[in-house]
Amino acid sequence: MFTQLLRRNRKLFTAPVRYFRPTQTLNNKFDIFVDGKPITVDSSYTIFQACHEAGVTIPRFCYHERLAVAGNCRMCLVEVEGAPKPVASCAMNVMPNMKVNTKSETTKVARGGVLEFLLANHPLDCPICDQGGECDLQDISQVYGYQESRFNEYKRAVEDKYLGPIIRTVMNRCIHCTRCIRFTEQVAGEHTLGTTGRGNYTEIGTYVEALVTNELSANAVDLCPVGALTHLPYTFVARPWELKSVYSIDVLDGMGSAIEVNYRGGELMRILPRVHEEINLEWISDKTRHAFDGLKKQRLSFPILKTPGGDIKELKWEEAMDIMRDQFDQVSGDEIAGFVGKLADLESTLAFRDLLHRLGCEHVESSSIAPKLNANLRSEYLFNSTIPGVEDADYVLMVGSNIRTEAPLLCSRIRSRVDEHGLEVGIVGYAPNLKHRYSHHGTTTDTLKEIADGSHPAFEKLREAKRPMVIVSSHALSRDDGEAILNNIKAIAESTNVINHEERWNGMNVLHNDIGRVGALDLGIQPYSGKDNIKNKKLVYLLAADEFREEDIPEDAFVIYQGHNGDKGANFADLVLPGSSYLEKHGSYVNMDGRTQIGRKAVTAPALAREDWTILRALSEELGAPLPYDSIEELRSRMSDLAPHLIKYDALESSGFEDLVVKNKRGSSEMNGTTFEDPIDNFYMTDSISRNSQVMARCSKEFNPKKFTNFKEPDIDFAGR
Amino acid sequence: MFSQRTIFNKLMKTKMPTSLIKTPARAFSGGFYNHRSAEDNVEETPFEFTEENYKEIKRILNKFPENYKQSGIIHLCFLAQKQNNNFLTLSAMNKVAKILEVPPISVYEVTSFYTMFNREPVGKYHLQVCATTPCMLRGAYDIMDTIKEKTGIKHLMETSKDGLFTLQEVECLGACANAPMMQVNNEWFYEDLTPENTALLLERMRQGEGFEPGPQIPERKNAEGPQGRTTLTNVEHVFHERDFKAAKEEWEAAKAEQAAKQ
Repeated sequence: MFTQLLRRNRKLFTAPVRYFRPTQTLNNKFDIFVDGKPITVDSSYTIFQACHEAGVTIPRFCYHERLAVAGNCRMCLVEVEGAPKPVASCAMNVMPNMKVNTKSETTKVARGGVLEFLLANHPLDCPICDQGGECDLQDISQVYGYQESRFNEYKRAVEDKYLGPIIRTVMNRCIHCTRCIRFTEQVAGEHTLGTTGRGNYTEIGTYVEALVTNELSANAVDLCPVGALTHLPYTFVARPWELKSVYSIDVLDGMGSAIEVNYRGGELMRILPRVHEEINLEWISDKTRHAFDGLKKQRLSFPILKTPGGDIKELKWEEAMDIMRDQFDQVSGDEIAGFVGKLADLESTLAFRDLLHRLGCEHVESSSIAPKLNANLRSEYLFNSTIPGVEDADYVLMVGSNIRTEAPLLCSRIRSRVDEHGLEVGIVGYAPNLKHRYSHHGTTTDTLKEIADGSHPAFEKLREAKRPMVIVSSHALSRDDGEAILNNIKAIAESTNVINHEERWNGMNVLHNDIGRVGALDLGIQPYSGKDNIKNKKLVYLLAADEFREEDIPEDAFVIYQGHNGDKGANFADLVLPGSSYLEKHGSYVNMDGRTQIGRKAVTAPALAREDWTILRALSEELGAPLPYDSIEELRSRMSDLAPHLIKYDALESSGFEDLVVKNKRGSSEMNGTTFEDPIDNFYMTDSISRNSQVMARCSKEFNPKKFTNFKEPDIDFAGR
Repeated sequence: MFSQRTIFNKLMKTKMPTSLIKTPARAFSGGFYNHRSAEDNVEETPFEFTEENYKEIKRILNKFPENYKQSGIIHLCFLAQKQNNNFLTLSAMNKVAKILEVPPISVYEVTSFYTMFNREPVGKYHLQVCATTPCMLRGAYDIMDTIKEKTGIKHLMETSKDGLFTLQEVECLGACANAPMMQVNNEWFYEDLTPENTALLLERMRQGEGFEPGPQIPERKNAEGPQGRTTLTNVEHVFHERDFKAAKEEWEAAKAEQAAKQ
């Protein structure tokens, strides 16, 4: 195993930088004229950007703000006075006193001509095309194109490529804007797509049989201005004009990406990314986008009782409440234990905590497989340098983390820093295929110990760097020696620049995989305290908690599970209460850098399922300990009493007390010397929703056998010659 | 009233001129833009550069900065193709990608762009007949017909049954003065072809005999016309020589003088 890891490390791929770097801002401002109107722009601007700033729309296909400039679609041609021909505005820098004419006859003719050429080989299959209605080519040819075609020849035909279970291709429709190629290369870091052939025979493809295996691949579909790439799971499902949308946030990883949920009637149709500069830019991972079909399968839609014989029985809510009252009456407060799962929202977590406290139960904890972090000081458990803080860091040390599967979007940010600005990354633990340069220091906790002692070269790097980041995975902290690992990281922070007051920098970061954890810690819910404390419990209440070991729960206890998907928790429980998923309730979540965001309800939960906090509110009434809130607003006001930042939406509050966190070490610092395993075995199945998703199942099946072989690593035998 | 089919046929008749209906796709080299697995061309097909070629690769890569190794893609692929009987296999492309430390797709992009890379096996003699205007006017198609007749090749990019010849039509190779011409194996030019001397050439190739590249008619010397050399007859020194050392000294002296003045 160890030699295998070493070999993997030795053969790290050195990705060449094949694209333009952003022009350096020269801070040299001058005037140019767009359609006769003067506008002051920076010398680093392109004509396209200047026109955009002047409020003039220029049609484009290949140009995209977040990708390198290609300049091959020619749709953005404009007339520039003095230039012999129309120029591609996306690829040309402004010059002083340049006179750009976007409304002249030359520009119009140039645009019409380009469209004629693009449409020459574009099939007229809009009625059966999934992009129809939201197609750039449709829109642009409506506005800038000619009304009829002069083209009598046959159109060319291109064979469709199989790129995996996420992307469907209809290559006849491709206009070769190369956005997908640039995206996979520059954002996702995967070099599989390319343009093969030439002239009329140009094709976008992989040449050999290969899948697009990166975790962000579906974003390439969003970028496609025509219907050449479409979402395979969304094929022939809906038309954009039938859809209604709701802005919400994603809960399937710790980032809390901004998403737009599209639904038709009561049915979820698709999830699209929204722009959030400080979290996800405008990408989302494939799991975020496609795992929601798990909400249509294996749902808990009725309260279910497991009879002693092993049968299950569907109940009405009244019956379920009666059973619960009986069970709660039989036990005292000391004999109840509550566990909060990783998908729980703030509202239900708070109602859960309040209810159990009212019943005299103090044992409300995170479910047993969760990072061993203390809730007392906030900067202990946050991603302190924040997600955009990656851009300021000058050294990154990752501990026990495979950032590519834990937070693909953060990985993409780090990768672009490594490729374009030479950021140095060191890894202690499992050596993943991150598609960027990094140095692998070791696989076991001994290496971490050495770094903490100062006897490892990586320690010097951390000391020399001004704004170093240490990223520790929450999976590493979930180990038995999680506290010791955290103590060692605190020791590193104590003796290096990880906490740098001069730079106002806190580089101690916990990479949370679960959206519910930070919120639960903010509400004072401590991690699992050990088996000994739970031995005498007679009643265990699981709030969406699926990540526990069965031996952590006493055998004779009556187990209530409240959640939305049939998974480990529901299977294990005696009584199942149907709750709502993140798309079926209003709920707020705190992401890993401590940002509270609101998730909004898109559709109604099926059958008898209810919003989670209302179930707890009803139960409290039944048990004679009514909770003092009747609406979600009142609940949130209660939340603000506990932690005011929880109702400051989309804002980051500095947590402070870094020095105190670093000094305050709990337990021993002796780690058990074992290796850090790959934290996520299968990226496509990590929680109760994605485990029930058909699309994710297909992805696991297709990608896992080929998981990391698709990306061929260079052989170094030539260097040895 | 009309069935859809009839309407379609009517439309086809009225809208589409018959001359335009048949537009055969032109066969470029290779003829495909995605990999087609064949017996002799799968990922596992062994390919290794020879020792001499590794020396050559080292020499080529010395020309480029360390971080721009990808500039050597064309050179290395051409080398691989030459080594492998004018056939660039997938494994050869992968080998080049490994040596240059680029993703394999970068190599595939280049090799599928240039028609001179044969991603399908070709015969021992790859006959690349120029059919651009001057050669075409001087009878390039007659040459092609002769080749087809003599070798049994039916259409372009086909290899004869004996595995000796592959016929390809190429664009201008810059020997228009001696049109028509053909290039063999990316190396040798055969100029001033006629159906007769082409047939002879093919026969000698088939026999494996020696044959002289260049103009195939005895009257021609290089690219001279029937009257022999008519221009530049009395020029003795075609190449102008310049004494760079003296020029540099002169320039430095002038510079020093100027510096002294100031």
